[in-house]
Amino acid sequence: MGPEVDDPTTSAAAAPPERPAPTARVGAVGSAGSALRSLLRTREASIVGVLVASVLGASLMVDGFATGRNAGFLILDVTAIALIALPMTLVIITGEIDLSVASTLGLTSAVMGQLWVAGLPLEAIVPLCVLLGSALGALNGLLVTVAGLPSLAVTIGSMAMYRGLAYVVLGDRAVADFPFSWTGGATARLPGTDVPWIALLIAVLAVVFGILLHATPVGRSLYAIGSNDEATRFSGISVRWTKLWLFVVSGTVAAGAGVFWTLQYGSARADNAFGLELSVVAAVLLGGVSIFGGRGALVGVLAGVLLLGTIRNALMLADVSSDVLDIVTGLLLVVSVVLPTTLARVRERRPRPAPPS
Amino acid sequence: MSGTEETGAPAAGTAARTGPPGAAAGEAAPQPPKEHGAGDGRAGRRIRQVRELGILLALALLVAVTTLANPGFLSGQSVRDLLLGATLLTILAVGQSMVLITRNVDLSVGSVMGLSAFAVGVTFVSLPGLPTPIVMAIGVLVGTLCGVVNGVLVAAARVPALVVTLGTLYMFRGIDYWWAGGRQINAADMPDGFLGLARITLFGIPLPAVVALAVVLAAGWYLRNYRSGRELYAVGSEPAAARLVGIPVDRRVFAPFVINGSLAGLAGVLYAARFGTLDATVGTGLELEVVAAAVVGGVAIFGGSGTVYGAALGALLLSTIDAALPMLQVGSFWQQAVVGLLILVSIGLDRLLAVRAARRLRGGGSRGA
Amino acid sequence: MRQRIRYGVTAAALAGVMLAASACGGTTRGEDDGSGGGSGGSGEADPDAEIPEDLAISFLPKQLNNPYFTVADNGGKEAVDELGGEFKEVGPSEANASSQVSYINTLSQQGSDVIATAANDPNAVCGALNQARQAGSVVVTFDSDADPKCRDLFINQATSEDLATVQVEMIAEQIGGEGEIAFLSATPNATNQNAWLKLMEEELATDEYSDIEVVDTVYGNDDDQKSFNEMQGLLQTHPDLAGVVSPTTVGLAAAARYLGSSDYKGEVALTGLGTPNQMREYVKNDTVEEFALWDPADLGYLAAYAGASQAAGRITGEKGQTFEAGRLGEYEIGADGEIVLGPPTVFNKDNIDDYDF
Repeated sequence: MGPEVDDPTTSAAAAPPERPAPTARVGAVGSAGSALRSLLRTREASIVGVLVASVLGASLMVDGFATGRNAGFLILDVTAIALIALPMTLVIITGEIDLSVASTLGLTSAVMGQLWVAGLPLEAIVPLCVLLGSALGALNGLLVTVAGLPSLAVTIGSMAMYRGLAYVVLGDRAVADFPFSWTGGATARLPGTDVPWIALLIAVLAVVFGILLHATPVGRSLYAIGSNDEATRFSGISVRWTKLWLFVVSGTVAAGAGVFWTLQYGSARADNAFGLELSVVAAVLLGGVSIFGGRGALVGVLAGVLLLGTIRNALMLADVSSDVLDIVTGLLLVVSVVLPTTLARVRERRPRPAPPS
Repeated sequence: MSGTEETGAPAAGTAARTGPPGAAAGEAAPQPPKEHGAGDGRAGRRIRQVRELGILLALALLVAVTTLANPGFLSGQSVRDLLLGATLLTILAVGQSMVLITRNVDLSVGSVMGLSAFAVGVTFVSLPGLPTPIVMAIGVLVGTLCGVVNGVLVAAARVPALVVTLGTLYMFRGIDYWWAGGRQINAADMPDGFLGLARITLFGIPLPAVVALAVVLAAGWYLRNYRSGRELYAVGSEPAAARLVGIPVDRRVFAPFVINGSLAGLAGVLYAARFGTLDATVGTGLELEVVAAAVVGGVAIFGGSGTVYGAALGALLLSTIDAALPMLQVGSFWQQAVVGLLILVSIGLDRLLAVRAARRLRGGGSRGA
Repeated sequence: MRQRIRYGVTAAALAGVMLAASACGGTTRGEDDGSGGGSGGSGEADPDAEIPEDLAISFLPKQLNNPYFTVADNGGKEAVDELGGEFKEVGPSEANASSQVSYINTLSQQGSDVIATAANDPNAVCGALNQARQAGSVVVTFDSDADPKCRDLFINQATSEDLATVQVEMIAEQIGGEGEIAFLSATPNATNQNAWLKLMEEELATDEYSDIEVVDTVYGNDDDQKSFNEMQGLLQTHPDLAGVVSPTTVGLAAAARYLGSSDYKGEVALTGLGTPNQMREYVKNDTVEEFALWDPADLGYLAAYAGASQAAGRITGEKGQTFEAGRLGEYEIGADGEIVLGPPTVFNKDNIDDYDF
């Protein structure tokens, strides 16, 4: 898997042109090639196009943007969002949502700090923390699938609860005496480049998730579940199992991001990544995934994550104040959804069931 | 603290068992997406009453336990503080419920409230001569405008509410930051008459709490007795069906956003009057607490069911927990975990009650009474 | 069933790995393998070195829209203008360490000569600050220090001893030297506040204050509404309370607002650290007699001069070196690169109108 995972990282680092690398391979793997081509012509194509335009524009107009060092900073800035966005894409495609991810990250970080203070070795803490994330995800999943509760409500509840437990575990303290070999290691660059090694991991995961979503029966069933829950249930796909597993994966990845976050900033705190869930959801939606499920592609989401990261980074380098960053983020999100909908309506109304308002 | 979670469930659970089986109202709807529709029937109403009684019981128990532990909790000053504290959340929860009932959501309320509050402060500073009521109206108007923006995008452009309001959450907050530019507006910048509003009491109840009560009653009355109010439930239960029977769905979706915006504006005005210190961060992160209050109060997150009374009780319960925990000497760190658990218990309870009602309807009350 | 067995095996395997890891002695606490410290305090100082024109001096407060930091940064701007340098103020709109890290990276990328910052988390910003120093920036912290390994100089607003003493003197005088008092602090892990609380308690334990008893310490988390609630809880829990000390500006303002509108006004004394603009109303309506603080404008001013002096090579951060700081006169560097601004100012009815921050 060597060559294909290298592509996205180096391209992202130098000056991300298009990012078709992972999906192009995916197309080769499965029979999803034609589906992919049609996907790329639509939302995903425009978002990738906007990303390319922003990167080119920023490289030309903003001093210090088009350097390897800055690309390294940019990637580290979006790492947590990119990681969590991968399973979030799958969850949203099935018509569910997981708002508890940032709190899972925070709780993982708090537990990691507490276990470290208790004297456990990091080699044991890290897998324990990741397992904890799986358990937290499983709780969400069980409440959604077995108890049949709406995931939006469930994960608002568990968002508050997990964050609260993080405070119970670690209080307002911070644990920061992690060894430098680990904290420095977290942000280490690949030898000879400015690319953080975590970019490689993101790329590998992106490829794995991409194959899963676009080139396997499981992936197709996710779309089926998202577009018509009821029918899928009769078609032999275990909707409950699938959704349960997605929540488990979501929790696990969020916990992994929590471990990374803690090491990256060298600081375990209960309030780590507070509010990050909305950034993740924003990136996923910007990437063209429908909030009602059934539609979206991973390449769009990756482009969405990078687009938000690029714009923030470029505007910051251009000394645009952080207030404007918020306005731009919001505007981008709204426009990205309003524009296609309006255009589609203007062109011709397809007999597609209108979204519930 | 643990009093809250434990009591919430059993109290309402018992009540549910003793209640008579909901007779043949609504339709038997075993699958989740449809049963919200039952909220219109008599069985649904019974469930809601049980549900709201449950919150009330939990509230009463929390107050009783806290008072036992600390008699000062029921002193006049403390109750006044409690009511004042619950005012903002209650008003916001009422507006949010109306939006939720139509199967939408407004995540931008925290930002709208912050923007309105700041608008009030800025108006006082830049136009010192303006009469206080006009300034207050300007604050509400700012909120209304934000509501119109949300409403247009959701109802006219047919964009999912979650996406639109997530976007406007960032936008309105960004505009607020931009406008404020690091300024802070202090109590000294606003007239005493305005700041004194929070201190006026009617029969011992602070004026803002009276306003909140009026908002709750008015919204409750509208939803129950007006055709357009009832139609909000229909839209939320089954938008396609509502369209088929001739309900102007877009208008019914638009209106709650505008009302919610106005109420968020009102909350901003009251915030300014009560706290006196305003900067651009007012109301940050409030949106999920508001949604939580409504959900705890039994408003279904996917529309079609719930009342503003329930939402108001949910807001009161959450505020009381906030105020009671320090008095119970419970570490403040537990607060959020308790609230989270309460939300999960509440929605679980809703589901349980709905399943129970559905089963009774199917089984002809064989397991009843 | 078979699936379940497989999970069991996986779990057992994971547990085995963890056991092995802990048994074989992994990376545990207390065996720190060195740290990525910077280069602080090396080289020769040249007290007569010219401060170059056009030094890029950037201020990065905890949060951009915080009035206290706006005043501090404006003090910095005054100094930078005097020095003929380029002033810049950037920062996140919410006070968290991760977005501060992005800004540090941006400033470093822009080649800022001096970064003056107030750290949201002493450790989380550490890696980024050291990278900036390696890239040639001088890092000065003010208000809230970062780990001393990661910065060149720290401008301390006032010594903890001075602040503790002034607050104890104020409250003792206001309650007539006897009675119950309580503290309303920021967060339980706020470094500054905890140091002050400890010193105040030590001072109150001396014979001079034997009639004053500290009955409670509560935390308002520097959140307006929370502080308000905690103040209200304090007064109801302790009916005999004579006074409250709040060593945080947010806490003091919230407490004053509560006190001013409650039945306890005039009965319970309130003092602590606050800003004149926030407290003006309460001092004038006799809710609060007097309170103390340093002048944040001076703090920013001194930070800019200290940073410029270090960038010019006049000082290197060694203890005992001195430098000239414009209108504030000469300052000497203490242990660990710390520079103390001076004794706090006490504000009351007579002088409060002379200050505007």
